[in-house]
Amino acid sequence: MSSVTSSAAAAPVRPDLRKRSAGAVADQIFALTTKGFAFLVFALLLAILASLVVGSWPALSKFGLAFVYTADWDPVGGQFGALVPIYGTLVSSLIAMLIAIPVSFGIAMFLTEMAPGWLKRPLGTAIELLAAIPSIIYGMWGLFVFTPIFSAHIQPFLIDTLGEIPYLGILFQGPPMGIGMLTAGVILAIMVIPFITAVMRDVFELVPTVLKESAYGLGSTTWEVVWKVVLPYTKAGVVGGVMLGLGRALGETMAVTFVIGNTHRLSWSLLAPGSSIASSLANEFTEAVEDIYTSSLIELGLLLFLITTIVLACAKLMLMRLSRAEGTKS
Amino acid sequence: MARFAHSPLFSRRKRVNTFALGLSALAMAFGLFWLGWILLTLVREGFAALDLVLFTSSTPAPGSTGGLLNAIVGSLLMAGLGTLIGTPVGILAGTYLAEYGQRGWLAPATRFINDILLSAPSIVVGLFIYTTVVSRMHHFSGIAGALALSLIVIPVVVRTTDDMLRLVPQGLREAAIGLGAPKWKMITEVSYRASSAGIATGVLLAVARVAGETAPLLFTALNNQYLKFNMNEPMANLPVVIFQFAMSPYDDWHRLAWGGAILITVGVLGLNIAARIIFRKKV
Repeated sequence: MSSVTSSAAAAPVRPDLRKRSAGAVADQIFALTTKGFAFLVFALLLAILASLVVGSWPALSKFGLAFVYTADWDPVGGQFGALVPIYGTLVSSLIAMLIAIPVSFGIAMFLTEMAPGWLKRPLGTAIELLAAIPSIIYGMWGLFVFTPIFSAHIQPFLIDTLGEIPYLGILFQGPPMGIGMLTAGVILAIMVIPFITAVMRDVFELVPTVLKESAYGLGSTTWEVVWKVVLPYTKAGVVGGVMLGLGRALGETMAVTFVIGNTHRLSWSLLAPGSSIASSLANEFTEAVEDIYTSSLIELGLLLFLITTIVLACAKLMLMRLSRAEGTKS
Repeated sequence: MARFAHSPLFSRRKRVNTFALGLSALAMAFGLFWLGWILLTLVREGFAALDLVLFTSSTPAPGSTGGLLNAIVGSLLMAGLGTLIGTPVGILAGTYLAEYGQRGWLAPATRFINDILLSAPSIVVGLFIYTTVVSRMHHFSGIAGALALSLIVIPVVVRTTDDMLRLVPQGLREAAIGLGAPKWKMITEVSYRASSAGIATGVLLAVARVAGETAPLLFTALNNQYLKFNMNEPMANLPVVIFQFAMSPYDDWHRLAWGGAILITVGVLGLNIAARIIFRKKV
């Protein structure tokens, strides 16, 4: 009797159990596969960093810290210092941000607070399409269309007005060549405006309607609502968006390479040609034959990667802070 | 209201408001102005350069006539292979983040790093592939180019897969598990199906992103004057050809560069619009 019940109990359960364990094995395999690929993405950043350190080791050990603050760039003599490209990268991005931040803020404000409903979507889409245009198009357009107009009309004007101011004037002296740091900054600005605008618009839309309506109800003007309610509420997100744009501007290659002029000469004037880290890489990497030249260029890439990673990480942390306050996942 | 209408404070506030709103509208016009100008130039210069020769012959030497056939083929092959490599990796990693990522450190850390990779300078990706692949193989190749592009596809696909899977209602998952489905079956049959339009959108956006990328190809695929289908050799591609031709002193080459530019822009904007339409229809 007991043997019958045990076999009867075991017989129907067994195949079911086996099937279940097959399902469990498949489950394990699937979970591990996805986990493996997630780890791959996680490790990618470290792998890039490691490969760049290895690739730039000859330059790292030969020039040490002096690489960052010396300005000789002499492929024939084998002497390399990254001051000019670092300066060019930072200055062109700074110019870009000076133009792009107020404009993006204006556009985001227009899209969220002023535009009538039927205009919001097409205008938003237009700005997003501006973000989708490949950067090489900006660079090419900058070289063929913008530069001639800039050097014929705007640069002489800048030289005659701002160039005459003591101290500040030093930034706007020299011949109007068209290409140069200022041009690169302007083209970069046009390129990052859509990125910053998109983030600002999204975070502005996170502001609870009740908050805005309370302010309007107290008699605030639209500007006061934006400046005193929306902006303080979304501060972290706005800063995050700006940093995101900065990260893009720092690492942008093609839009800059066309118009910056690509010389390794340090000049105070913003109208003078210069070079950025990315443009040096784009121009010189395939020409570099000596190992020390190649590894110096890779070290430039390493510096760029470190700078942009830090900037982008800060941007992400800022955006996370906003969304944590908001109580949603970003 | 009437009492305050003429107070200096009120009229000052009104003036400030009008001024700020005016500037805001001006900023909008400023943004659209560049978009309009760039597109107008592209259409005018680009369509003038389009003819049959552009699609039927390879890039010329200076002075002779030619087209962009080799570059178009190279771009399609490398973008295609790059997408084929990057998409499965991206989808699987994104699946982990959305479906298994509730516990542990890996998912939040990966999400963080993926967002950094999403905006990391693409030229550094080119350097990475150069040091790991090209310098080992001792020659530039289409495969290296495709690998570099796949590294740009991955973050885009991871991000959209993660976002789209997290939009799937929890009730659908619970229903599948309640019916006794193992988790992998639940993910493949329920979660993927519910989010397929969104994931497809992400892949299309990734292709659009990759189609115009120049920097990662400069020192991975390099360039090639001839039409090649062998991906183990240096390979022509539209962005690098545009770069070289636009920087050259020859008018013929400039014309071809504009032709390439309009091809890329139409392709990229077309993919973006297609992605939007799919997304709006299905989700």
